Amino acid sequence: MAEYSPPTSEQEFQANFAQLKPRMNRTEAMLESSRCLFCFDAPCIQACPSGIDIPQFIRQINTGNVTGAARTIYEANYFGNACGKVCPTEVLCEGACVYNLQDVKPIEIGRLQSFATRAQMDSGEALFGPGAPTGRRVAVVGAGPAGISCACELRALGHEVDVFEAKAQPSGLTVYGVAPYKITNEETLAEMAYLQGQFGYSVYYHAPIASRADVEKLEASYDAVFLGIGLGSTSTLGLPGEDSAGCVGAVEFIEQLRQQHHAIAVGRRVVVLGGGNTAMDAASESARMGAEHVTLAYRRSKADMGAYDFEYDLAKGVGVEGLFNVAPVEITGNGKVEGVRFVRTATTGGQVQPVPGSEFVVPCDMVIKATGQSKQTTFLGLIDGLQLDAKGRIILDSRTGQTTNPRYFAAGDAGNGGAEVVNATAEAKVAARGIHEYLMSQDLSS
Amino acid sequence: MPDLSINFAGIKSPNPFWLASAPPTNSGYQVMKAFDAGWGGAVWKTLGVPVVNVSSRYGGVNYRDKRLIGFNNIELISDRPLSDNLREIEEVKKRFPQHAVIASLMVQSRQEWHDIVRASQDAGADGLELNFGCPHGMCERGMGSAVGQEPNVLRTIVEWVMEVATVPVIVKLTPNISDITEPALAARQGGANAISLINTIQSIVGVDLDQFSPYPIVDGQGTNGGYCGPAVKPIALNMVKNCAQHPGVQLPISGIGGIENWRDAVEHILLGASSVQVCTAAMHFGFGIIREMTSGLEQYMREKGFQTIQDMVGRALPNVKHWEELNLHYKVTASINEQKCIGCQLCYTACEDGAHQAIRLNEGTRVPEIIDENCVGCNLCSLVCPVEECITMERRDDGSRHETWQQRTVAGNIPTEFEDERAGGRHHWVPEPAAALGKEKHKTLPGKARQFEPVPTSPPVVRE
Ligand SMILES: Cc1cc2nc3c(=O)[nH]c(=O)nc-3n(C[C@H](O)[C@H](O)[C@H](O)COP(=O)(O)OP(=O)(O)OC[C@H]3O[C@@H](n4cnc5c(N)ncnc54)[C@H](O)[C@@H]3O)c2cc1C
Ligand SMILES: Cc1cc2nc3c(=O)[nH]c(=O)nc-3n(C[C@H](O)[C@H](O)[C@H](O)COP(=O)(O)O)c2cc1C
Ligand code: SF4
Ligand code: SF4
Ligand code: SF4
Repeated sequence: MAEYSPPTSEQEFQANFAQLKPRMNRTEAMLESSRCLFCFDAPCIQACPSGIDIPQFIRQINTGNVTGAARTIYEANYFGNACGKVCPTEVLCEGACVYNLQDVKPIEIGRLQSFATRAQMDSGEALFGPGAPTGRRVAVVGAGPAGISCACELRALGHEVDVFEAKAQPSGLTVYGVAPYKITNEETLAEMAYLQGQFGYSVYYHAPIASRADVEKLEASYDAVFLGIGLGSTSTLGLPGEDSAGCVGAVEFIEQLRQQHHAIAVGRRVVVLGGGNTAMDAASESARMGAEHVTLAYRRSKADMGAYDFEYDLAKGVGVEGLFNVAPVEITGNGKVEGVRFVRTATTGGQVQPVPGSEFVVPCDMVIKATGQSKQTTFLGLIDGLQLDAKGRIILDSRTGQTTNPRYFAAGDAGNGGAEVVNATAEAKVAARGIHEYLMSQDLSS
Repeated sequence: MPDLSINFAGIKSPNPFWLASAPPTNSGYQVMKAFDAGWGGAVWKTLGVPVVNVSSRYGGVNYRDKRLIGFNNIELISDRPLSDNLREIEEVKKRFPQHAVIASLMVQSRQEWHDIVRASQDAGADGLELNFGCPHGMCERGMGSAVGQEPNVLRTIVEWVMEVATVPVIVKLTPNISDITEPALAARQGGANAISLINTIQSIVGVDLDQFSPYPIVDGQGTNGGYCGPAVKPIALNMVKNCAQHPGVQLPISGIGGIENWRDAVEHILLGASSVQVCTAAMHFGFGIIREMTSGLEQYMREKGFQTIQDMVGRALPNVKHWEELNLHYKVTASINEQKCIGCQLCYTACEDGAHQAIRLNEGTRVPEIIDENCVGCNLCSLVCPVEECITMERRDDGSRHETWQQRTVAGNIPTEFEDERAGGRHHWVPEPAAALGKEKHKTLPGKARQFEPVPTSPPVVRE
């Protein structure tokens, strides 16, 4: 009954993970851009966390000024192409488009955005360049959406930037976490290369900043440090049997999937634990990898799920089955996953309570825990005076991105606790301005 | 069942839809196909001394995603030998005796006119249309619009034609003239039986931004052409009306210009046309559009209770007045249906920047509000609103008063001085000029800039 067969080649993988927002051709872009009303004080702009001047770029596409459109987008958002494909537009720009109120399909803003930026990337022509050198140096930790966006903006303002990235590729979760049907590795990395080519920051890969010594080295060599480190690995649940073979964290599973495609295998029967967007992704991905049966288990009701409706619909659409008001109590099996023992739950006064005697086992050979990412509190503890809030998020000034250690700035998941690519890129731009303000107010000789 | 058939100045046709003289009537093959599809008549591609055409002949005007809202050509009259055309006319007439075949003609000398009129009649043409309209290529040779622009020459040629004509003669007028009724009158004086209008309007539809050449491009260069298609309908309608209302013209009118569907046709008819001609739409969509045209016309006639086309001809004319005859006491203002409004605020920005600052925005809602006192009832907001029937113009006067500019002039009650108290806008509120500075800057900034410009909490200070 599986909708998909396990992919055995890159071609089959790409077919199973066909792009949800495929690239528009010129005709489609013309037709779609023609529909935009050019609203006054457009609600779509307000709904875009990076504040792209949407009616402006759509009008530019429509008048054949695709380069101008790409400039409008990139001026506001360095992840212009990626965001067009991975943003939850249904709840952002497209969700705010006035056409919704007329029960007419909203403008496909995301696809138009990617149409323009992709054309620009492919042309290879630079839109921006580094600003006049200021003599200031900034270290950026993490080459995710936050780190790269901050690096671009800092370079535009004339500062020297070195980016330190623990992994092998730039763009953070855009290439390691986002579902493969939203964006391909090729186009993610093409945008990263396009940005680096224009702005000329250095990126050091396999270069985790992990120890107190690493931190001190940065502080000695740079005038300011930007933290774009995102979140950590999947939190553990503390269930018996959690370390069995076949029980994996969602973020880790997806990272493997994004990097190795059809070379990895999923179980025949997969249970995904969680009710957020990552759980929806992991469930959809398991189904598209050819799992025969995918169960999405959440401890509260369907309506309580944190995931966007359209993400749940996507998962349902590929055959995922929802199992609600259940909590896992044990991963069964002898060193190897054989099932998940659940207890039914009842929610009273907002509290989830197990219903005694209601336990049952869902047999499976793979468990994916999509129960949230941990915070990088240990690493952050290495930095003097850097305060975190109760949830482990870096405390920062939203106007400047400055942390409680004045030389440190931060943005993205590490500060907001885990949002979208567009939030990270927008916040990082603001933080870069904050860094600029800070650096230019410092006496260089000190 | 309404009767669509017409008798236009003696030319009978099963319906009022004729193909205009143009590429769709270039051959017997096309005309037969059109009649087969349901067209009532065809004005054959203009006959004369066959021409030589250039390659690359048409240019188009697109609006956003809409193709060919305007169309232009630099083609001349028929390039086929006269005898071929005449033989095919004969063949079509034999096969379609009830349909109207009209020969469009353009030659120079009196003798040529006599010869070609006789030849066309011999071939069985039901009528003749004299092409005094072509605005490019032929006029430079003293034909086409060169004749249409010279009422005296036009009259003379019509007289030559009438000397030998045994079938109805239609004179086709060029719009490239300031007063269309002058050539119309000349046609009447020359003895013509009908007029048709409009021919194409002299135009350049666009310029190639890379080759620096107008469209259509012939080896890197171009020339002015003749404009037609949906974009010219408003100009055609006005000219049809002018001819229909002129007491001296009094000739049947075949309406041409921007007709693409039954509505366009009905508009021409209501303003005085008793047959209509179509070119661009047939070139764009093929002969099949006739089905929609006849069915739409029939439905409309049924709904309105019109038995024949003639019942409708000129029905709108009594309501087309001179400006000074309009009621100055009639007053409408805009009204927004909040339930329908989608909050695009196009009406706001249109009235604010392009009209009379009669719409305001309120905190906490995207639905704009009409400021009744400031609204002059111009319609602009209702025209820009993308939602059907969302902004309506509501009548505010009680209909008891009727006074026109004419009447006020007679009564000596019109503004005559620069500072006249009687000026329409004398006590109409307008904001202080400086109130514009910085107004809503945070809403009109490019999106990115909004992030860095905090929304002002108090209105910007007006500099003295
Ligand atoms: C499964 C999943 C699916 C998602 N899907 C979407 C989606 O469809 N659309 C969307 O908009 N968002 C999605 N997101 C969220 C989005 O990916 C993140 O919000 C965004 O990537 C955050 O960017 P960031 O730069 O803050 O962090 P990250 O993208 O996490 O980047 C942080 C980078 O820093 C590096 N790093 C961390 N610590 C160190 C260190 N000490 N030294 C050096 N380098 C370090 C990491 O290796 C990583 O490359 C998804 C997230 C997940 C987990
Ligand atoms: C409502 C309106 C009022 C106009 N009033 C004037 C006028 O007072 N003086 C003038 O020279 N042209 C006037 N025009 C003509 C315009 O200046 C312009 O020539 C014409 O609209 C064509 O340009 P467009 O296609 O950009 O509208 C007016 C046009 C409009 C729409
Ligand atoms: S809200 Fe929709 S129609 Fe209005 S400007 Fe934005 S995309 Fe265009
Ligand atoms: S009718 Fe004209 S003046 Fe009145 S609100 Fe609309 S745009 Fe403004
Ligand atoms: S133009 Fe129409 S839909 Fe748009 S804000 Fe005005 S009333 Fe509402």
